[in-house]
Amino acid sequence: MNLLDRLMHRCRRKSPFLFHLNTGSCNGCDIELITCLSPRYDVEQLGIHLEGSPRHADILCITGPVTRNTLEAVKTVYAQVCEPKVVVALGSCPASCNVFAGSPVIEGPLSKHIPVDVYVPGCPPHPDAIIEGIARAAQILADRGVSEKAKGVPQK
Amino acid sequence: MSYRIPIGPYHPALEEPYKLELVCDGETVRDAVMHIGFNFRGIEYLAERRNYLQGITLVERVCGICSNVHSLSYCQAVEQLNGSAPPERALYIRVILAELERLHSHFLWAGVAAKLIGFKTIFMACFTLREKVMDALSAISGNRVNYGMNCIGGVNRDILDPQAILNILDEMEHEITRTIIPIFLEDRTVASRCKGVGILTKEQAIAMGAVGPLARASGVPQDIRRSAPYGAYDRFEFSVPVETAGDVQARLVVHALEMVESCRILRQALSTLAEGPFHTPTPVGARYKVPAGTAISRAEAPRGEVLYQITSNGTEIPERVRVRTPTFMNMATVRFTVLGQDLADSPLIQASCDPCYSCTDR
Repeated sequence: MNLLDRLMHRCRRKSPFLFHLNTGSCNGCDIELITCLSPRYDVEQLGIHLEGSPRHADILCITGPVTRNTLEAVKTVYAQVCEPKVVVALGSCPASCNVFAGSPVIEGPLSKHIPVDVYVPGCPPHPDAIIEGIARAAQILADRGVSEKAKGVPQK
Repeated sequence: MSYRIPIGPYHPALEEPYKLELVCDGETVRDAVMHIGFNFRGIEYLAERRNYLQGITLVERVCGICSNVHSLSYCQAVEQLNGSAPPERALYIRVILAELERLHSHFLWAGVAAKLIGFKTIFMACFTLREKVMDALSAISGNRVNYGMNCIGGVNRDILDPQAILNILDEMEHEITRTIIPIFLEDRTVASRCKGVGILTKEQAIAMGAVGPLARASGVPQDIRRSAPYGAYDRFEFSVPVETAGDVQARLVVHALEMVESCRILRQALSTLAEGPFHTPTPVGARYKVPAGTAISRAEAPRGEVLYQITSNGTEIPERVRVRTPTFMNMATVRFTVLGQDLADSPLIQASCDPCYSCTDR
């Protein structure tokens, strides 16, 4: 790796930008993610920042069991996130549809539609678990940046 | 020349997926069209295919903010059907859970409102205080969001050390009266953003069937805890704050005063916690059959009245479970409260009715 690559590797690991996508979640995981921003957990001191637009984000945090009405949005938003990108599935719903499995309007689990890198289990997961999941995702993001560059994938 | 601004379903100003189209004339909002249903998970459909024990877990996931009140109303309705009465201590524990939930939901609401006003310090203060409530909730139930406390015929866990919760409550009440109340009731910055904004008149509130703090801020003195007491609410002294202005500031005041009233109820419930068992001796199992009939149960969620109707046909699976949530009633008011207001105020007006779309869509 040259100097610029090493710098990019470090920056991606140390300051991941998140985009939060609610695909029919019960709000439980969403408020736990917001709690991570509050003074007790304070993820901003780890460089983690919640971003308003998927085009500015590196990590896509997805909650909810993917309802039929949100399926198109999930695919669109995933396509809008620039390479390299990492997907974190927060909670049991995107992983397995949780208690909503068997409902005719649920299109989950999420891995049927887009590739998922990190699963954070729990209904809802504890803020500590969410932070650990995001930290793992940031490491994957940094490594993916290096490997994709070697393959010649265009990056932002 | 009016123009349309489509907002959502995914937008940084929205916490949950829903779509709003604002018709604007310059900076003034002339009309609003709302699209919901992005969160529709078919919970009523699923509840009619699962037994009563699974139903409690399912309805708790209607909403992650007011999860306890859903399982509470569900259990109350089934208890009406099978004619059982939970022991006194269970009723007290249910009240304690419900009031702690109201506190954390109001802190969340106050934090979001403060953020939309542009007062991020108060957002952080509210979320710090909310963590204290979460500590109390996780000390009682072991969970932070979906407590899993209610069962048919009582509660699943006992409160072993009420004094520890009272200590947390003391700290919290001190902070509420020191920070939240003066900011929301007297601060000039907050008043200048909220006074006279998004007015909902009493007539409109009644005509649209508004419930909860939104209705109480418009002068409708309606609170299920007072007008149709359930659980142990008739044992406690508390007042129902009612404001008549109907604007965003009145909603802030109602929410802030309700936090104080919740602390008052919690103090009474924790210090006079009834002795005895906390659930009936025969727990309800998966093969439990509920006698045929229809029961309606109502409870006051943080956002207003929650109504559950359960029809049983005598088997272990309910025939019909109907859920009516408070935001479903309150959402229609948004169209009328944003009319004629500034575009920049519309996020605050929407948030001030405390919307919860996962409740609405189910």
